[in-house]
Amino acid sequence: MSRRTLPEINAGSMADIAFLLLIFFLVTTTMDVDTGLVRKLPAMPEEEDIIDDSQIKARNIYVVLVNAKDQLLVEEELMDISQLRDGAKAFLNNWGKNPDLSDSPQKAIISLQNDRGTSYEMYIQVQNELSAAYRELRDAEAQRKFGVYYAELEGALKKEVRKMYPEKISEAEPKKIGGN
Amino acid sequence: MSRFKKKKGSETPAMSTASLPDIVFMLLFFFMVTTVMRETTLIVKNKLPKASEVKKIEDKSLCSYIYVGAPVSGMKTKFGTEPRIQLNDSFKLASDIQEFVAAKREATAEEKKPLLVTCIKADVDAKMGLITDIKQELRKAQAFKINYATYSSAD
Repeated sequence: MSRRTLPEINAGSMADIAFLLLIFFLVTTTMDVDTGLVRKLPAMPEEEDIIDDSQIKARNIYVVLVNAKDQLLVEEELMDISQLRDGAKAFLNNWGKNPDLSDSPQKAIISLQNDRGTSYEMYIQVQNELSAAYRELRDAEAQRKFGVYYAELEGALKKEVRKMYPEKISEAEPKKIGGN
Repeated sequence: MSRFKKKKGSETPAMSTASLPDIVFMLLFFFMVTTVMRETTLIVKNKLPKASEVKKIEDKSLCSYIYVGAPVSGMKTKFGTEPRIQLNDSFKLASDIQEFVAAKREATAEEKKPLLVTCIKADVDAKMGLITDIKQELRKAQAFKINYATYSSAD
């Protein structure tokens, strides 16, 4: 065996190779958004089974209208987006006390209708606020019963809380009134 | 004096670049971890809205993306400035969505078909008219699970 020390490999070009790889990844990839609001669309209504609104008591429907100018009309009153979350929470968590608000969260339905001219940004904000209202109610319930947040609950317990506050956001069938 | 003179004559030692590859590799790994491969080239303006109640998409391979927005500057002369729908790499009409969803469904394994999600990536300036059209088409195509792509903002 030779006792000679091996000549060191020149690592000077290592940086170049790494740069090459780095630039390749910079060009071919994107920082993609993989978060979003999850929703489920209803099936197309059959001619015969269009649900009759009149069968649901008016107090159990929370009507949210958004017009083409991104203004909110909630229960026939003009409202700012910042008040929507508390408004929805008060409506859902009424338990029959106030005769204008819902009987119980299970019976309560939030009806959302927007114009064709409503901006997408506004629509997402409204959806977000309504989701937030449900999430806060569920969190409060989960805290009260189990001492943890709703998102941290396991299967059956989560279901129990969800059953108590089912997310019922109904979007009206699109109507072709009003301009773009 | 002679000491100082000696120093003046010698050259400054070359800076060691031995740690340069390490630094570059660090950058490389950062980008490899935080980014994903680009699948489609965006031809629409796509500034997503913000929301706080977001969920993460679990499996991106089960997602079909519908992009909505005004054409980018290079496409304006040909396609106008109104928001349009982009499917795969080209502009399409709302009526093409059913076919698009069916193609995705066809390409997915049978057991994963119920998990398919349609991801709507719409620009903040898009109007709900167009989004409603898309939603109606998705309902007709029986693709009920949708996801409105948004940035997550801590509330």
